[in-house]
Amino acid sequence: MANTTAGAKSPVGTLYRGYDGMWSWVAHRITGVTVFFFLLVHVTDTALVRVSPDVYNGVIATYKTPLVNLMEVGLVGAVLYHALNGIRIILIDFWSKGPRYQKGMLRGLIAIWLVVMIPGTYFMLLRTFESLFGSAS
Amino acid sequence: MSSPTLDAPRSSRQLVRNNFEKNAWMFMRLSGIVLVVLVLGHLFIMNILDGGVHRINFAFVAGRWASPFWQLWDLVMLWLAMLHGANGLRTIINDYASKEGTRLTLKGLLYSATFLTIVLGTLVIFTFDPTIS
Repeated sequence: MANTTAGAKSPVGTLYRGYDGMWSWVAHRITGVTVFFFLLVHVTDTALVRVSPDVYNGVIATYKTPLVNLMEVGLVGAVLYHALNGIRIILIDFWSKGPRYQKGMLRGLIAIWLVVMIPGTYFMLLRTFESLFGSAS
Repeated sequence: MSSPTLDAPRSSRQLVRNNFEKNAWMFMRLSGIVLVVLVLGHLFIMNILDGGVHRINFAFVAGRWASPFWQLWDLVMLWLAMLHGANGLRTIINDYASKEGTRLTLKGLLYSATFLTIVLGTLVIFTFDPTIS
């Protein structure tokens, strides 16, 4: 029963050092910082509704361009990872079996992430693809 | 380099008057649970549902903020997300900025940006005028 988190054969690595425990933590930090800086930009661009409808519609038009539309997919992917891994962290901290199942929970969250992101990416980019390659209308 | 000091084994725990770090730790988990619902709901409505970002414009915002429900949603999301993110960045600054001056500068910038963004966003939600031209 000793050393259940790192596996019996592994001399190094605990829940948070090395392997998936550490990399999920690194990804949590990177996605968190990314989302926070976007949040500063996003509150500011939304504040332009207090200037005029034209100014607001102008800045929102940049969100509809192909490049920024692609970055939105990245943003949603970052937020979704951060949210799912955050739930995993809470379960590790508060659920008595959380540390034992942390690896399985990481695999589960990656599976959920893919199941949401594949159709999500399709719907987010649909209009951009139509406008770029002109298949519709 | 002096070696790090440890309390003697089984020494009585000192009374911690200001448990800020523990409260911050708990806040990250509690706000996180609420933000999962608020932010993922926000992203789903704004980016995926019914044409996503392509249907957003001033009239769309006016329609949403006509409802106190979405005003409250956005207000709570703004405050929790900003405080959650600011505390996350505070932790990261403490982890990686080793010089006292660098830490103070970065935290000064962080707290200023956080304060200004929360005030700006709150004012916009409360003073929004759909008839502005």
